[in-house]
Amino acid sequence: MSIRLTLGTLAASTLLLGVAAAREPVRDIERADLPGQQVFARQCAPCHGTGPGDDGSPMLPGTAALAAKYEGALPAALELRSDLSAPVLTLFVRRGSGAMPMFRKAELTDAQIEELAAYLAATAALNTPATD
Amino acid sequence: MATPPNMSAADFADGLSAMRSAVGADWVFDQPADLNTYRDFYSVLWGEPEEKVASAAVAPANVEEVQQVVRIANERRIPIYPISTGRNLGYGGSAPVLSGSVVLDLKRMNRVIEVNEDNCSCLVEPGVSFFDMYRHLQESGSKLMMSVPDPGWGSLVGNALDSGGGYTVQGYRGHFEAVCGIEAVMADGELFRTGMGALPGSETWQQYRMGIGPCMDGLFRQSTLGVVTKMGFWMFPRPEAWLSASVSVMRYEDLEELVRIANELEYGNIFNGMPGFSSPVLTQGNPIVMAMVPDAAEMNRMVEESGIPAWSFSPNFYGPEKVIRAQWEYVQSRFAHIPGVRFAEQSFVDLPISAEDMERIHKPRFGIPSLEIFNVGSRGYGDFNPSDGHIWFSAVIPRSGKGIIDANRVMRRECERLGLDLFMFAPAVTCWTRSFVLFAAVPVYKDPARNQHLREAVREIIDICAEHGWGEYRCPPAFMDDVMGAYSFGDHKLRRVNEAIKDALDPNGILSAGRYGVWPKHLREGRGA
Ligand SMILES: Cc1cc2nc3c(=O)[nH]c(=O)nc-3n(C[C@H](O)[C@H](O)[C@H](O)COP(=O)(O)OP(=O)(O)OC[C@H]3O[C@@H](n4cnc5c(N)ncnc54)[C@H](O)[C@@H]3O)c2cc1C
Repeated sequence: MSIRLTLGTLAASTLLLGVAAAREPVRDIERADLPGQQVFARQCAPCHGTGPGDDGSPMLPGTAALAAKYEGALPAALELRSDLSAPVLTLFVRRGSGAMPMFRKAELTDAQIEELAAYLAATAALNTPATD
Repeated sequence: MATPPNMSAADFADGLSAMRSAVGADWVFDQPADLNTYRDFYSVLWGEPEEKVASAAVAPANVEEVQQVVRIANERRIPIYPISTGRNLGYGGSAPVLSGSVVLDLKRMNRVIEVNEDNCSCLVEPGVSFFDMYRHLQESGSKLMMSVPDPGWGSLVGNALDSGGGYTVQGYRGHFEAVCGIEAVMADGELFRTGMGALPGSETWQQYRMGIGPCMDGLFRQSTLGVVTKMGFWMFPRPEAWLSASVSVMRYEDLEELVRIANELEYGNIFNGMPGFSSPVLTQGNPIVMAMVPDAAEMNRMVEESGIPAWSFSPNFYGPEKVIRAQWEYVQSRFAHIPGVRFAEQSFVDLPISAEDMERIHKPRFGIPSLEIFNVGSRGYGDFNPSDGHIWFSAVIPRSGKGIIDANRVMRRECERLGLDLFMFAPAVTCWTRSFVLFAAVPVYKDPARNQHLREAVREIIDICAEHGWGEYRCPPAFMDDVMGAYSFGDHKLRRVNEAIKDALDPNGILSAGRYGVWPKHLREGRGA
């Protein structure tokens, strides 16, 4: 249940999350036209996408968490990461990480993880790697 | 390989092999790596021998396959635990209540069967997520708005069956309140339809909820009695606009009047959106954790010194601009007699929502699914050290000023005494019309010692709340027996009636054993232990 239930004035409070200090999100990137694009859009982008969050929050939660974790050493947006092979993705997706729970095969198949890996690699290659 | 309680490995293997024939070998999971994905990631029993884990999982694709699986389970007395999208984080995730159950994963059944624009209703399968439904509504150019909880990856069916809530309009945002028509596979494998669905050829399944005789939809809320395979919902016609406002008062003593008038206005349909109640002065330190309510003199002194209001009420209005502005004007007139009262329009949004507004709104208020709430869940707040998840503690308290103050003080005092951390605390949430629900998020760690302490503390809090007449509306599996135990009127008649129904409808006790403290006969004594 959300804090917003009782608070109404969350725009200010979201900024206290500590993500505001992080880099501005990358909003427009070129996306590889591969089957994994739809898988990413549906299964990953709501948390790991490049857009801003609700109520003035600058980043989506997964992107914000990775921005805090890597402090610029790696891109916070998964679509700019060139190091996420299918086995690496499988590890995170099937085991969960931080607050992100595991994904079951009934919701994300092994074949879709392969598609995701191909999509992320191709999309990262299309965009200048973000190293700032 | 884990097996269901009291079942030989050979009998279990035979059952799984029959299930493979029913749904296809790809959709029966019994290997550790797959079973790991059915654990409750926010479990308060994580990594302990008592953690509630599945022995296998089966993912059927349609109703016929569900019926076959249920029949196979019933013949062999294999316990099964249906889930829809299995995203019940904070209340059990996708794990069963009885360890060793086979999870019946309905995620693949993801058809939106009907959206009826004229009737403002829909009929969906259990695997349809809020994201799926939103996409469907967008793609079909629908004029309807659904109500969603904060995390959009759950399902209309699973969320409503656990009695979840959203943010939109009265009658819709308490998600089970908007249910009209259920289809379920019962323990004997037969198909049952509630309401007008029981009358062959009726066109009114999603129009008249009750049909004839006792209203049966309730049999499936937080229950152990069936596998729901279809569910109908009423939907709200997309309004023209939304207005959010606030009424702030400057004295401790004003809360009672604030809540009393707000209630009258809501019950009289003067505003239809979900109201908020808070204390600006007591949330200055941390906007998501309300501090302990001090005595009147102290609170009034804090207000005087800071200029920040003691209490606020935020009405929300959905409708044509002309109408909702008039409603807001009337609302103000009802509070005008309170000395020092302040009124403010917080936000006005025209629908359909513009791209610009989309970046500043709390999406679930508009039936738009998102996962943005996890900004809080994953990153913590202020000094809060991000945890590995959290559970929700959510008790129904009286809808009055006194209800807010009493619940706040008892919870703050007892949590402090017990050393129980809270990273969100709101004593007056209003998803469910006509009640307040106290909400507290308790951080969970992948650390048995900390979690053991958490469990003991939460059990004590459940008892303390019960002494005040406050009962949880929903809870994680580890506390279901305790919470049901608190509803003890008439020597636990509620539980005993539930058990009698259970024995009649599921004599072999195969379905959702232990959910909300209702155990089948053969496990009743030990409560599944
Ligand atoms: C950060 C955070 C915020 C949250 N905010 C909200 C919120 O705003 N509102 C809210 O309501 N919840 C909230 N939750 C709790 C929870 O995540 C949601 O309620 C979620 O929608 C439940 O998961 P689900 O929809 O996948 O249901 P499921 O997990 O599929 O189902 C829940 C339970 O219902 C039963 N069930 C499900 N399907 C069937 C079936 N077909 N037949 C029989 N029994 C069935 C099972 O016992 C199952 O365990 C929040 C959780 C977190 C972590």
